[in-house]
Amino acid sequence: MTQDSKHLEVTLETQVESVNLAEEMCLRVAEAAGFGEDDCYRIGMSVREGVINAFHYGNEERPEKKIHLALDLTPEKMIIHVLDEGKGFDLSRVPDPLAEENLLSTSGRGIFLMRAFMDEFQVIPGRTGGAEIVMSKKLPSPGSPGMNGTSQDAARKKES
Amino acid sequence: MALRATYREAAGVTVVDIGGRITLGEGSALLRKTIRELLEDQRTMILLNLADVDYIDSSGIGELVSAYTGVKNRGGSLKLLQLTKKVHDLLQLTKLFTVFEVYSDENTALRSYR
Repeated sequence: MTQDSKHLEVTLETQVESVNLAEEMCLRVAEAAGFGEDDCYRIGMSVREGVINAFHYGNEERPEKKIHLALDLTPEKMIIHVLDEGKGFDLSRVPDPLAEENLLSTSGRGIFLMRAFMDEFQVIPGRTGGAEIVMSKKLPSPGSPGMNGTSQDAARKKES
Repeated sequence: MALRATYREAAGVTVVDIGGRITLGEGSALLRKTIRELLEDQRTMILLNLADVDYIDSSGIGELVSAYTGVKNRGGSLKLLQLTKKVHDLLQLTKLFTVFEVYSDENTALRSYR
């Protein structure tokens, strides 16, 4: 971490309220960092999905386990880490929610949304033994459309 | 903003006016409860008016899909009305636009049930 970077870390309870709390916290940082409305929406949604994943799949909704959320703001990008205390998971085994047979599934879209909405996304083994989601969004350059404004929508990005 | 849902009858269809966020927790639970009540009341022609829904997460999407299949399994039909841009884009991204019938005009939507 360089002197120009900022780091924020919080430990959340495994409960539904943590999802909103994490989203609000990250949105404040994203807004302060200069992200536009569309990017803030995508960052907020990705944080929600990351924490929902940790809450439901990682920690299996067990209240004695914690969710560890960390933010790094570098001169280039905002990096978000969501670490659970579960058993970890293999990203390649997550079903494709766009496959015909999965379209009517009532779950399994969180990873897909994070991938679609963030610039970088990966899942690594965490220090707790659980899964650590690491995702990032490039900071808008001064004067760009994404600078406190709107930018191209995620659907177009995904299709390109 | 917490989710709110009220319903009314129009041309034999139950129109559910929903507002707020359909997200993990209370939002998804309220939608589930509303659909369950309607089905218990034998109302199976349902139009969800999402004009005031500005946010849905993956749990909310799951709840919409669950409502769709639950109504369909009872021989009914659940359609969507007036999506906001964010919800529209999300359904497009997740390919659910190919599953749901979506209308921008209530009268046109109501006629589609005949």
